[in-house]
Amino acid sequence: MRVVIAEDLFLLRDGLTRLLEANGMKVTAAVEDGEQLLAAIAADRPDIAVVDVRLPPSFTDEGLRAALAARQAHPGLPVLVLSQFVEQLYARELLAGSSGGIGYLLKDRVLDGSQFLDAVQRVAQGGTAMDPEVITRLLTHNSSAGPVSTLSPRERQVLALMAEGRSNAAIAQQLVITERAVAKHTASIFVRLDLQPSDDDNRRVLAVLAYLNND
Amino acid sequence: MKAEVITGVPRRMGRACADGVRAWYVATMAVTGLISLLAGPVLLGAALFGPEESGHSGLGGPLILTVPLGPVALWALCWATGGSGRAVGAVLFAPGALAVTATHLYGGAAPGGRSVSLWLAPSLVVLGLFGARWIATESRRVVERWTGRPIPAPYRRPAEGVGAWQRLSAGGWLTDPATWRDLTWAFLTGFAVLFTAAIVVLTPIAMEIFGRNGLLFPLVVVYGMGFWVAPFALLWAAPPVLRVHERAARSLLGPSRRTELTRQVSHLARTRADTIDAGAAELRRIERDLHDGAQARLVALGMLLTVAEQVKHDPDALGPLLAEARTSSVKALGELRDLVRGIHPPVLADRGLADAVEATALDLPLPVTFTGGLPGRAPAPVESAAYFAVTELLANVVKHAGASHVWIEIGHSDGLLRISVTDDGRGGADPSRGTGLSGTERRLAAFDGVLAISSPSGGPTIVNLEIPCALSSPKTSSFSGTG
Repeated sequence: MRVVIAEDLFLLRDGLTRLLEANGMKVTAAVEDGEQLLAAIAADRPDIAVVDVRLPPSFTDEGLRAALAARQAHPGLPVLVLSQFVEQLYARELLAGSSGGIGYLLKDRVLDGSQFLDAVQRVAQGGTAMDPEVITRLLTHNSSAGPVSTLSPRERQVLALMAEGRSNAAIAQQLVITERAVAKHTASIFVRLDLQPSDDDNRRVLAVLAYLNND
Repeated sequence: MKAEVITGVPRRMGRACADGVRAWYVATMAVTGLISLLAGPVLLGAALFGPEESGHSGLGGPLILTVPLGPVALWALCWATGGSGRAVGAVLFAPGALAVTATHLYGGAAPGGRSVSLWLAPSLVVLGLFGARWIATESRRVVERWTGRPIPAPYRRPAEGVGAWQRLSAGGWLTDPATWRDLTWAFLTGFAVLFTAAIVVLTPIAMEIFGRNGLLFPLVVVYGMGFWVAPFALLWAAPPVLRVHERAARSLLGPSRRTELTRQVSHLARTRADTIDAGAAELRRIERDLHDGAQARLVALGMLLTVAEQVKHDPDALGPLLAEARTSSVKALGELRDLVRGIHPPVLADRGLADAVEATALDLPLPVTFTGGLPGRAPAPVESAAYFAVTELLANVVKHAGASHVWIEIGHSDGLLRISVTDDGRGGADPSRGTGLSGTERRLAAFDGVLAISSPSGGPTIVNLEIPCALSSPKTSSFSGTG
């Protein structure tokens, strides 16, 4: 898998490169600002771009805007956005009009190598990886009223993991239940939230996120 | 069109009549005030220079009996328009008006004998002073009521923690220039009315003396016509008279430039002190959070790594230690993130106030409708103050209001940044009771911002926040065109 990294801190850039290369991926370019990122993506056509939100010169949301610009220039390009903090607002912007291939994670998740690599793989394959913190906040926002409040605690756990972008198998493993139980829970959740059930993992996640993001 | 004319005429008539009543009220107040202000000196003069025995009261006797009716009429009008509390002020005029009437009825002699009058006069002077202050307050009130624009009271506010005795020894409100401006106002309006009345009364007398057909013939005609159209003339004259009254009241009863500056200086001193206090408290909080949070975690991390170094040849012991070290670093990161959010939220720095408020609204556990936006960025300190004010308001809504929906509107117009937060909760928010709202108010005051709260019991609660500021043009960057 070919990866382009945009990260302004040398240590983290280097660490990310090592981590990804140690796991059989090829880092074709590791750049430090948004413009270089766009150039590298145009030149290398990577399978995924890993982008830090804060990039020079403005050190605000330069990386996020570069990621959105890259997605516009190359539709379907998988982008994993890393950040020191997560904002629902940014998650919403990344997901807007997206057909998958989007990740938004706290930088802390890099510390857990396997979790991070799993997210990279998922996004590269067109899946979604939302940070648990984003999902927690989405659920809090939806919790006081409406159908989400009627879900059982277990169903909420499944919903949260599903919204993060995990597959049924991964959810089953995490919650230590069978895959069939997970399927039962998801079916029930979809009925409660009045969503179109779908076998496609990716479309399912997007439907759930769209539902939760809707005010 | 026709219907409009028909409904328009009675309305205009009604307004004209209301203006007439107002003008009459103002005039009554002025004359009664003047009479009671003059009561002390009149009584004193009568006692010192008047005849020993009461003489014949003259023709004006029965007429002068109407003078004590002034305070009664005022009292009735105050009571009808503003409540009984204010009407008490009008009662202050009664003794003065009675004293003047009595002096006249006694034919210029001191009523009750010289010694009584000499005792009475000083207390009437004091009452007159109180009366002047009441006239000023009432004039401010009626001007505000009639024009909708208030005249701020210019009186010196006693400093906090100063006892009654200290205030008294400093001269009380006698040393307040506003008191003397009140007095000037009472005399000025009184004499203005008296002067106008004198012209009306003296003109026929002058005509009798100089003959009607001579030089004064045009005046006679005007007066004769004026006499017949007097009721209409009064209605016609009332609006301009009220306008002049308003303008005079604003310049004389409002704060003078000096008072204004003094007030501004004390406001600035107070808000500066508040700002410094708040800044110091914030620094202490950050220091404590860092010390107890991230710093402690990093120390633990270092110790874990030291231990790990010692057992580096024992993989069984090393594994859990490293896992713990990682957990510790994740926790430290989380705490630092929360801390940064509390100091200056990243999204505020990145996107500005409107987006930051929207982002906060997204995190609330209840539905929020967000409308409006800002065409540019406010200065960073204003952004920060407004942001934390709004988060405080939203936190209050979540904690106390029991609301099911929140509406946030944000905008900028006329050099004012305006944010309104409305919820459908139970209402009854009172800034004087909770420390949260008054703290927010104080923080905004540093930017000359104001917080207006409307929160009737049972809701809804509407909080409006206004900060004067200019917006800078939005930041342009390499991705704004494509992103």
